[in-house]
Amino acid sequence: MTVGIVVFPGSNCDRDVYWATKGCLGLSSRFLWHESTDLDGLEAIVLPGGFSYGDYLRCGAIARFAPVLSSLIDFVKNGGKVLGICNGFQILTELGLLPGALTRNQNLHFICDTVPLFVSSKRTKWFESFQSGQELYLPIAHGEGRYQCSSDILKKLQDDDSIALKYSKNPNGSICDIAGITNKEGNVLGMMPHPERACDEELGGIDGRNILQALLEK
Amino acid sequence: MPNFNAKVQVSLRTSVLDPAGEATKSAANKLGIKGLNKLRIGKAIDIEIEASDFEDAKTQLELLSDRLLANPVIEDWTLEISPVDSSNT
Repeated sequence: MTVGIVVFPGSNCDRDVYWATKGCLGLSSRFLWHESTDLDGLEAIVLPGGFSYGDYLRCGAIARFAPVLSSLIDFVKNGGKVLGICNGFQILTELGLLPGALTRNQNLHFICDTVPLFVSSKRTKWFESFQSGQELYLPIAHGEGRYQCSSDILKKLQDDDSIALKYSKNPNGSICDIAGITNKEGNVLGMMPHPERACDEELGGIDGRNILQALLEK
Repeated sequence: MPNFNAKVQVSLRTSVLDPAGEATKSAANKLGIKGLNKLRIGKAIDIEIEASDFEDAKTQLELLSDRLLANPVIEDWTLEISPVDSSNT
């Protein structure tokens, strides 16, 4: 029962996630190098934030071809939990595990802030411990976090109740205020906000703890 | 095997907002450029590829454009291919 945290060249939130899952929550955690394909013994995998492969071409476009991610597809098919945070969310959309794409913020700024959000769907394990509509505050830090998808995909997300997290005050122009979505099965969550940066009162809040706690909950 | 030159042009779909293009358009107005109705920013990728024939080159370049160079969720792409003139080499 261990959380695997993928390390790409250019990841910069991998250690933060480890600090949060292992240090704050006491969850068994280990790093997974991007060339590794052995996911044995892992119950959940986190794709952390950062600038994988320099974010060359598009955010997540090169990371999509990392050996670890070919194993990840089977891992997801077998019901394994995957959490993509920020750059990890971008990678999940490039990989096709989640629909849509993350594009340049509407105001062109790299936004580094703590923002109010609310739980839009508590259908999946990730948000089971929250109340529907519950407000939470999480840090965001991205230049390309504007969620985009076709109207058909948006309707499907709504029909499947897969829009997990929304911004209370849309900071980046995301369609429908979307901050995080899940797949239909509910085992894959992608979100732009950083739950790992909200796991200790000393750092301003603990609203991220329950999301990360869900990594190892049945 | 023959060589081919290729240019792939990647642009944001018209339905997707291009904030960088909008900002550049606004700067162009400040420069005094008149009559600018549209300015959208994309990417141009120059490629040289060795392939058995034109069709082979085209097949590979289309795969490359659709699966890596562009993200079809938000971007369109166009491809131009021309044989490298071997008399110059």
